[in-house]
Amino acid sequence: MFQSIGEILILFWKTICSFRVILAQRRKILEQLFEIGNASLLMACILSMFIGGVLALQSGPVLAERGLSTYIGGLVGLSVCKELAPVMMAVFIAGRIGSAMAAEIGSMRVYQEIDALRTMNIDPVEYLVLPRLLAISIALPLLVVFAILVGWLGGAMVSASNGQIGVPFQAYFGHLREMVEVHDVANGVIKSFFFAVVIGVVSCHQGLQTFGGPRAIGRSVTKAVVNSIVLILILDYFLTRLLLALGI
Amino acid sequence: MKSPSAIPEGVRVEVSGLSKSFNGSPVLKSIDLEIHPGEIFVIMGPSGSGKSVLLKQIIGLDSPDAGTILIEGEPVTSRTLLNRVRLAMVFQSGALLNSLTVGENVGLFLTEHRLKPKAEIDRIVAEKLALVGLQGMESRLPVDLSGGMKKRVAIARALAIEPQLLLYDEPTSELDPVMAVTIGEEILSLSQRMGLTSIVVSHDRDLAFGIADRIALMHEGSILSVGTPAETRASRNPIVQQFLNAKLKRENN
Repeated sequence: MFQSIGEILILFWKTICSFRVILAQRRKILEQLFEIGNASLLMACILSMFIGGVLALQSGPVLAERGLSTYIGGLVGLSVCKELAPVMMAVFIAGRIGSAMAAEIGSMRVYQEIDALRTMNIDPVEYLVLPRLLAISIALPLLVVFAILVGWLGGAMVSASNGQIGVPFQAYFGHLREMVEVHDVANGVIKSFFFAVVIGVVSCHQGLQTFGGPRAIGRSVTKAVVNSIVLILILDYFLTRLLLALGI
Repeated sequence: MKSPSAIPEGVRVEVSGLSKSFNGSPVLKSIDLEIHPGEIFVIMGPSGSGKSVLLKQIIGLDSPDAGTILIEGEPVTSRTLLNRVRLAMVFQSGALLNSLTVGENVGLFLTEHRLKPKAEIDRIVAEKLALVGLQGMESRLPVDLSGGMKKRVAIARALAIEPQLLLYDEPTSELDPVMAVTIGEEILSLSQRMGLTSIVVSHDRDLAFGIADRIALMHEGSILSVGTPAETRASRNPIVQQFLNAKLKRENN
């Protein structure tokens, strides 16, 4: 395990050192951004709509029983932007994009495409890892902003339409505006950036470590997704503590 | 990438004391070789004799347990070597990038190192594809090609690099006899025209004796003999003779 962590950190450092070729790789970065956005936007929309909705559904009646139903906007607003949207989107992206990265790079490794790049003096970190890591680091925070907005809307729809809650849109968003500050949204977006780095580096590392045949590619994909999710959840705790200490 | 190099033609390759083991079993046993500039050097031997492992070591894709490989006097592991010398390898499987078109694969080296303008790269790609009989295939994807066509694209990709040292891993496997002859002629003509050094790993006796300046015969990780085709044919080593004269005889079955 410690060897893998060391290798992941080395890969991350090498990727940072290759930032000098960002301009040369801009076409690949844009392609990856499109790939991630195109593959994830609809699912992110559905996922966050239902996350906001189910949160309102679970907490709304409890608040209503105590005469606090107007607080539903703030509760859903804060929960979605500080925790649910960044973590759920990161888990979703780890499964959807991290797995694809590990599979693509792993198959390139198995079928000697990466060896071919090296013989042409093309650095696989610059050619493969850098565009993917940059693209996911830009795309995930953007997706999280989108997910926060859609999650709030999902909560509002359930709050307005559910008879037990009965909070209209205006009251819901009024309280949400009172409770949620810009730094609360920033909290979720900052966390999602770190989650994106974890997904990108772990998935690319697993892909580059693939040896053997098609079965090895499958193993790499599974490891990439599981390790990313475990690291996201651990990192979430420490980042939350750090951001709370910093007052964000 | 710096414009390669002060060395205009083929390069010298020196292998000394090269050993490599996998999981404790030796695959290369203290190999010593000297390959001269501009030479076509063919490494033959039965499957599992360590030919492809040796090729990977020579191009620096794998590191040896012991021994050194020098290209023009510089270790193959040196970071500056690839700025001085252009190397290319034609992999047995082709190793084309499946996400790129044939044209993008062939022009990859030139595009990534920004060595020529796009129009010039397109012209070179078309020229190299025509050389291997695949003109007009630029927009096809590798997945649409047969094994032999992939091999020819891989050769075109290597030619686009204009290498000083070109390594071929089984260049005629999966090719029909006519195309195998064409590829053999192309290896020969490249070597004569550009003076590049070629190292060819092959089982194909016709190819080896047709193009080689010298042939090394490997067996169980060691070099059994090195010599010109005539010297190799005249070798008295029984394993060399067995390999060279292996024939299927119907009456034996």
